Amino acid sequence: MRPDNIGPLPETPDDTVVDEALSPQEIPPERLASPRAITWARRKRAFARLAKTYRKSPMGMWGLGILIFFVLVAVFAPLISDKDTMDPTCTCTGAPLEPPSSEFWFGTDNLGRSVYTMTVWGARISLTVGLAATLISMVIGALIGIAAGYYGGWLETGLMRLTDWFLVLPWLALAIVLASVLGRSLAIIILVIGITSWPGTARIVRAQALSVKTRPYVERSRALGSSNWHLITRHILPNVGPLIFANTILTVAIAILSESTLAFLGLGDPLSISWGTMLDFAFSAGAATTGKWWWLLPPGLAIVFIVLAFTMCGFALDEILNPKLRER
Amino acid sequence: MGTRTYLLGKILQAFLTLLFVLAFNFFLFRVMPGDPASLLLRGTSAYNPENVEAEKERLGLDKPLPQQFVTYMGNTLRLEFGESFVYQGQSVSEVIGDKVWPTVLLVGTSTIASIVIGLLIGIWSGWRRGSMFDYGSLGFTLFVYAMPEFWFGMLVLMAFAGGVGPFPAIFPTGGYETVGADLTGMAHVFDVLNHMVLPFFVLTVAYLGEYALIMRNSLLDVMADDYVQTARAKGVREQQVLWRHVVPNALLPTWTLTMLSLGFIFGGAITIEYVFSWPGLGYLTVQSIEAKDYAVLQALFLIFSAAVIFANLIADITYMYLDPRVRAA
Repeated sequence: MRPDNIGPLPETPDDTVVDEALSPQEIPPERLASPRAITWARRKRAFARLAKTYRKSPMGMWGLGILIFFVLVAVFAPLISDKDTMDPTCTCTGAPLEPPSSEFWFGTDNLGRSVYTMTVWGARISLTVGLAATLISMVIGALIGIAAGYYGGWLETGLMRLTDWFLVLPWLALAIVLASVLGRSLAIIILVIGITSWPGTARIVRAQALSVKTRPYVERSRALGSSNWHLITRHILPNVGPLIFANTILTVAIAILSESTLAFLGLGDPLSISWGTMLDFAFSAGAATTGKWWWLLPPGLAIVFIVLAFTMCGFALDEILNPKLRER
Repeated sequence: MGTRTYLLGKILQAFLTLLFVLAFNFFLFRVMPGDPASLLLRGTSAYNPENVEAEKERLGLDKPLPQQFVTYMGNTLRLEFGESFVYQGQSVSEVIGDKVWPTVLLVGTSTIASIVIGLLIGIWSGWRRGSMFDYGSLGFTLFVYAMPEFWFGMLVLMAFAGGVGPFPAIFPTGGYETVGADLTGMAHVFDVLNHMVLPFFVLTVAYLGEYALIMRNSLLDVMADDYVQTARAKGVREQQVLWRHVVPNALLPTWTLTMLSLGFIFGGAITIEYVFSWPGLGYLTVQSIEAKDYAVLQALFLIFSAAVIFANLIADITYMYLDPRVRAA
């Protein structure tokens, strides 16, 4: 991977996660069985080093803590809340617009539904939309970025022009137009956010692919007769992967914010109540002008904290994985 | 590459992007479920298959797609966007025309305010890196970034217009002016300003973090340059180093962002205009979503995009004059 005559790499803490080949004596003898095993052993070590560096970042750990809290809330929603209290036809709901009480911790909305229950179940919708939309965005961004960076030429020109187009267009207006034309369902919201949020990723991935492609070991592999497919999946992708990962975490935050904005504008799925939908209901019912603070604060704070959590995790990972930031 | 080639290239690029938006607009609104003709007539007594066919013919929807596209491009160039689906008998241009001024007034002023305040905050936190002020402004920026701006708007609305707990309801709950008051002269100006205070405040706070962050990072980059050290070494006073040597160069990266946000004035405040019922283009967008007024929505999308594309072009061109390195390249 590197010439042997330049001496040991400087032992700076920032360098700890560089995907560096292990020297032969570091590889346990039983792992010498196959090249794949060696690769996996190396990746496992790289991941362990990443985790070690990550643990040192207070920002990253706080973000991770908040994130785990929200995931637990989403997973155990049926255990920590009574789903019936958000069904307006159930007799177990309260009076309309009750302020917080021991029975309804966050009060009730204009249909007597428990704001607490709705906030807890909203975590599922917001996380689902955030993760699914990000997945779409990552796949598009990574494909376009790698194709443009690796192949170059007219393909790169064309793909980058397309990326610039999407980057320039005002995303909210584009998302509104798409969502209002295509219909109002969770799947469409996910799709719309996915196809409006990939250009940033594509640019970052392309830049990294461009730099990886010129490294000597890629050239060597090509000289040995590797196909494009082999080069991309075995050399480019593993090196671009960490950057895509850091970017993914940041994109989830943006996707959750986007979902809440679209839902607030009435483009959400009326059947699955997200935090944005709750804010839409609350605003339409005049909660802001009549001072129903218990209806506005829980969903809004939930959005703020989950976005903060993803952003903090993303920044912490980016500091470790982004070669550009490492140099600073 | 000479200046002329650079300029022509940028202009061509902007033109192509605009064409892309136009084509996108054209096809999107023709694949949507429910064609415009039935949408126009639905809910009226004239809703029957024959009338829908007649309406299709009148709108030119029975023609082949390429011909429709040519007609559409011609109409768009003449700023004719057809008739609003909802405001019967009113053209889309008329519906939109009334809303431009309120948006420019509100979003324009708050954009400028957020640029000035944001840059000053960024300069101060970069210059005093690691100070309480720096950490405070970074934390604030992160928090504002994570906050949906419409939620912040609702909280401000609740506190200062609705009045809750200790907060006094001192501002109007929304709109552009007091309805039915028919004020003139200075009284009218003050009335509008009174309605503008809350949305102006919310937008300014929501936007300034971005400028502060970019200015801070740019300032840190420039402060590490050798010429700054030279300036200090020859005994230039600290305030002079900051304002005469560091800030002018650090402003360069913020220029593009500034120009771009001017392009976002038209379409940048959709949710806030909605929260404060400010009768601008953003509020019209939300109303058009609710009413399924695709004709208006289509035109709004085009205007929003064209503004951003134009601002982008201006940013590229002016940047060339600000940064000689671009010209030399």
